[in-house]
Amino acid sequence: MTVFDRLEAVFPPDRVITDPVRLRTYECDGLTYHRATPMVVVLPETAEEVAAVVRACAEFGVPFVARGSGTGLSGGALPRSDGVLIVTSRMRRILSVDLDRRQAVVEPGVTNLAITEAVRDRGYYYAPDPSSQQICSIGGNVAENSGGAHCLKYGFTVNHVQALEIVTPDGEIVEISEDDFGYDLLGAFVGSEGTLGIATKITVRLMRAPESVTTLLAAFETIEAGGQAVSSIVGAGILPAAIEMMDALAIEAAEAAVACGYPADAGAVLIVELDGPAPEVESQLAEVIAICVATGSFEQRVAASADERAKIWKGRKSAFAAVGRISPAYIVQDGVVPRTCLGEVLAGIDALQDEFGIRVANVFHAGDGNLHPLVLFDDTAPGEGERAEVVSGRILDLCILHGGSITGEHGVGVDKARYMPRMFTDADLDTMQRVRCAFDPGGRSNPGKVFPTPRLCGEVPRVRKGSPGEIF
Amino acid sequence: MLGHTRVTIRDGGPADAVGGVVPRWVALPESVEEISVVLGACADAGLAVTPAGARTKLGWAAPPERVDVLLDLSAMHEVLEHVAGDLVVRVQAGIPLARLAEVLAGAGQELALDVPFPEATIGGTLAAPSPGPRAYRYGNARDLLIGVTVVLADGTIARAGGKVVKNVAGYDLGKLFTGSYGTLGVIAEATFRLHPLPADRRWLTFECEGWEDAGALLRSQLEPSAVEIDHPAEGLSMVAALFEGSAARDRAEAAREVLGGGELRADPPSWWGRPPGSPLASLRCRVAPHVPEGVSVRGSLATGVYLASGATDLDAWRSRLPGDARLVGLAGEFTGDRWGPIPSLPLTRRVKERFDPDRRMSPGRLAGGV
Ligand SMILES: Cc1cc2nc3c(=O)[nH]c(=O)nc-3n(C[C@H](O)[C@H](O)[C@H](O)COP(=O)(O)OP(=O)(O)OC[C@H]3O[C@@H](n4cnc5c(N)ncnc54)[C@H](O)[C@@H]3O)c2cc1C
Ligand SMILES: Cc1cc2nc3c(=O)[nH]c(=O)nc-3n(C[C@H](O)[C@H](O)[C@H](O)COP(=O)(O)OP(=O)(O)OC[C@H]3O[C@@H](n4cnc5c(N)ncnc54)[C@H](O)[C@@H]3O)c2cc1C
Repeated sequence: MTVFDRLEAVFPPDRVITDPVRLRTYECDGLTYHRATPMVVVLPETAEEVAAVVRACAEFGVPFVARGSGTGLSGGALPRSDGVLIVTSRMRRILSVDLDRRQAVVEPGVTNLAITEAVRDRGYYYAPDPSSQQICSIGGNVAENSGGAHCLKYGFTVNHVQALEIVTPDGEIVEISEDDFGYDLLGAFVGSEGTLGIATKITVRLMRAPESVTTLLAAFETIEAGGQAVSSIVGAGILPAAIEMMDALAIEAAEAAVACGYPADAGAVLIVELDGPAPEVESQLAEVIAICVATGSFEQRVAASADERAKIWKGRKSAFAAVGRISPAYIVQDGVVPRTCLGEVLAGIDALQDEFGIRVANVFHAGDGNLHPLVLFDDTAPGEGERAEVVSGRILDLCILHGGSITGEHGVGVDKARYMPRMFTDADLDTMQRVRCAFDPGGRSNPGKVFPTPRLCGEVPRVRKGSPGEIF
Repeated sequence: MLGHTRVTIRDGGPADAVGGVVPRWVALPESVEEISVVLGACADAGLAVTPAGARTKLGWAAPPERVDVLLDLSAMHEVLEHVAGDLVVRVQAGIPLARLAEVLAGAGQELALDVPFPEATIGGTLAAPSPGPRAYRYGNARDLLIGVTVVLADGTIARAGGKVVKNVAGYDLGKLFTGSYGTLGVIAEATFRLHPLPADRRWLTFECEGWEDAGALLRSQLEPSAVEIDHPAEGLSMVAALFEGSAARDRAEAAREVLGGGELRADPPSWWGRPPGSPLASLRCRVAPHVPEGVSVRGSLATGVYLASGATDLDAWRSRLPGDARLVGLAGEFTGDRWGPIPSLPLTRRVKERFDPDRRMSPGRLAGGV
């Protein structure tokens, strides 16, 4: 008896994939330079089926990896060649929408955008908006604690998920909710990158659409001036829905790809979106424009319609893909720095470009200091890939040095696991490991991700009996 | 005999009791390292420990089975780092919220938590959270927490998160520890995301018969920061909504039109964000709840988080609430089950076993003997 036999007993043949050619479809996520062919892929349709697979894995000591839409950028859904890949693409039902509760309950394979689409005409939406929202799954969002441009004001996935049904690595189906008294298990599970189990049902908060939305594009001669504007906006007590910035190289790429028509010669553009009750938005817009002018912006455009707004966003949203137009290959980084260190860190990145002869395009969520440096290289030129790797790593070092993080929203996955010890001590990582061991003592749920070295859990230590001696 | 630790220790007395259990000693550490030394020594000697902040909620939840040492964090009351430009603050866990608010107000900022007792500490607020009115707009304590330093039962010092508002590296231990009531370890330091103080604040209050009336405010686009109800045991209920921002007054006036009445005010009504009385229970219910005779309820129509007083038979009340509602006895005497269903209890137990295998951190405070 093998794990195959068990899976074939539970699933119809079309939902257990063993054909090598079809398996290859699943060999990587959005981070295409890590690849592995899974031993077997299953396509469950219910939580009970997910639990059955997970139990089979437990029985035969086989690891498993969950996969949503495979858009992850840290290799989180990278399969194991000795393991089962559990794909949620057949779990795509929106189970309920209740506007009185301002909640929707959905299956994990539902795309992020589909939730908003289901309630938009009634004036509601689901707030976290990763740029990949048309494709990425809500299960993947939960695993990565995904963000998006509008997370500056509204927060990340973890701030919008109210309850989960999960299949634990032992194969039990358990509900965890923010309403439960005691430890915030929900908060610990969100962002755990598939290492604590598989989410099979997700309850999300729906928000009332804002009365007014306005988008401003401001062009600056230098990225420093743009950064100054960001600091001043925040310093003035304004909390925009989004503040995004692109540097000259990113603008060039976006122009080449989608002809977004951003002001020529801009060293940086800032996109500021304000939303909320109309009178608030109106007064804030005036203030933001004044700040941009005062900090040296030479052109400001305010979108007068939804169309114009979409046009401003087009350049930003296409930036990652667009960079493909100006460089054969690139690495996307996801470091975070305190906003007040943006200028210094960008100068540091500039210095790295000169030192290594590698170009870096900067696109970032400026409001929360989340950088997405795109490290460009030619994968056919000998040594360039390695140099780009070094530059990437050095950028993360810069972020850590300034008290930041190695990842703001893309997750650690396989890609950044080796950087974890630069950010955390052994004691920190061991403590996180205790959480892992509580959920997954067998280490079968997405092993090899997030943490640099595999650790064994061991038995729960036995209660030690000490005598309360007179020690004080 | 703990002289080598140099941590201030005194004998415990009745005034230090935790839910009726008098600790033998009170330790007053002044740094993360001192917390670690005390906990390490307690581990060696098998002593049970309960952390304490300002002790405003020390009696909440079940009494611990035993307390040898009360770990009092009141000597750890410093702001460690406030970077106004980043809207971030790092503090020691024993700092009272009022003191922190004072420091932040100097920079026109606030930690957007509504805590009814100004002396309450950050550590206690994280360990025993009970979301206040503005949680609707700003989230709960866990949503504003971006980094934490904890000390585990064996003295291990661990950090998670950091000092940037956006960060997904590693597990979020800070969230895990919120709601832990001192049973997982000690929260020693915490880093929070801050908000600018709003230009203006206005409240709209109105009396109503039922709970439905306020729904119009939540369906509106006026973006209230909070919508609260005070439902007394007798008489009419009162709903109050808070508007924040430079156009707060206009929005509050627009809200009055939506409702067809109400009173505009610059200050909150007296009951705003205060517990209704005792015995005190926590109610989570996303639809208008059934409220038994003689029970008063206060809380947020927007988030479904309420505190209730006057109910002792919680089982009976639970049977009239929707299945996903939660009713938990916080403080006072209750007949029957004070906890109600907690589907995730087996997982909670497993976390407890990994963090505190000897069951020495406030054992038995939470459901299922956790
Ligand atoms: C063009 C582009 C733009 C992007 N923009 C953003 C952005 O703006 N913000 C942002 O945060 N991210 C962004 N991403 C990254 C990515 O889209 C997100 O991480 C997304 O949440 C991944 O979802 P997915 O369904 O594709 O997950 P996958 O890639 O399939 O999986 C991601 C991780 O989640 C785990 N997982 C999947 N489903 C489950 C489940 N049901 N239960 C438990 N674990 C599960 C996997 O094991 C894996 O570790 C972008 C990616 C691309 C390609
Ligand atoms: C009406 C009302 C509104 C409230 N609003 C809010 C709100 O908006 N947001 C919010 O988060 N809370 C809110 N609370 C909760 C309340 O403010 C906190 O529980 C309280 O502040 C506890 O602080 P304390 O310092 O007095 O803690 P204590 O009473 O000393 O301790 C409370 C519990 O926490 C444990 N504890 C204390 N310090 C630590 C530590 N450092 N590490 C580990 N465990 C510790 C103790 O062992 C004990 O179990 C509200 C409460 C009420 C009644």
